Amino acid sequence: MKINSRKIALISCSGEDLPEGTVSRVATRRILEQRDDTVTICLPLFLAGGQGERDFAKENPCITVDGCQKMCAAVGVKKYGGVTPRSTIVISEVAETLKCPKPTSKSKITSDDEKLVQNTMKIINEKIRTVKEGKN
Amino acid sequence: MSEKRSRHIIIPCSGIGKAVGTVARRATYIVTGEKLPRQTETTCLPLLTIEDKEAVEKVRENPCITIDGCIAQCAKKNVEHHKGNLRVAINVLDVLRQNPGLKPGTVLEIGPDGEKLASRIAETIVKIISEEE
Repeated sequence: MKINSRKIALISCSGEDLPEGTVSRVATRRILEQRDDTVTICLPLFLAGGQGERDFAKENPCITVDGCQKMCAAVGVKKYGGVTPRSTIVISEVAETLKCPKPTSKSKITSDDEKLVQNTMKIINEKIRTVKEGKN
Repeated sequence: MSEKRSRHIIIPCSGIGKAVGTVARRATYIVTGEKLPRQTETTCLPLLTIEDKEAVEKVRENPCITIDGCIAQCAKKNVEHHKGNLRVAINVLDVLRQNPGLKPGTVLEIGPDGEKLASRIAETIVKIISEEE
């Protein structure tokens, strides 16, 4: 089944204590600004918000963008939304797979980090296409 | 036996939908990275959302200062939910009301005014911590 009517939910961990969290946040936000077929929600709202926020993950096919193996965004979607994300991305794995330098700054995207951000954006776009085509 | 000294945990909401979320995040990095790197640290707020044991222990065992960008107050509520040691809850919207001339830019680029707002929040936090010591 193709998914055209609903927007794709991009949920970033935005982890504050890891440079990878900053990469996840910036890459996700850039895609949100480029595409009108995507939406987002602040991850901590799953706990701080009400049922409406918790239903968000059920109502939209989710792609999670996490900084590390703890995968807070993916776990949060399952825990509060009761659904499995359609697709998951982990920045530390992307960096390793693509042999990008490990990001070093939590507070800004350095010129070295930019390559990782660009690669993550490409992966997010590929995942969106796959989800919209109903391939996962 | 030396007692382990606690550090203040600064926790921003990092809201991805609004520039004030970025201001909160930036203020945190000014405090933890530049102003008081030895007395403060941060933790990933999403770890509290998924009830990570280590993160929950950290906010219970150390004084916490939250910085929220909007009325949802995600950082404050996540700390309160876990019965964390919440000392002060700051909302960027209150600081904006006190500084009506400062308009932060965008989520990805808060601009000079956003930087000034973040600096003022950081100064407030430094003052709070200095008074406690």
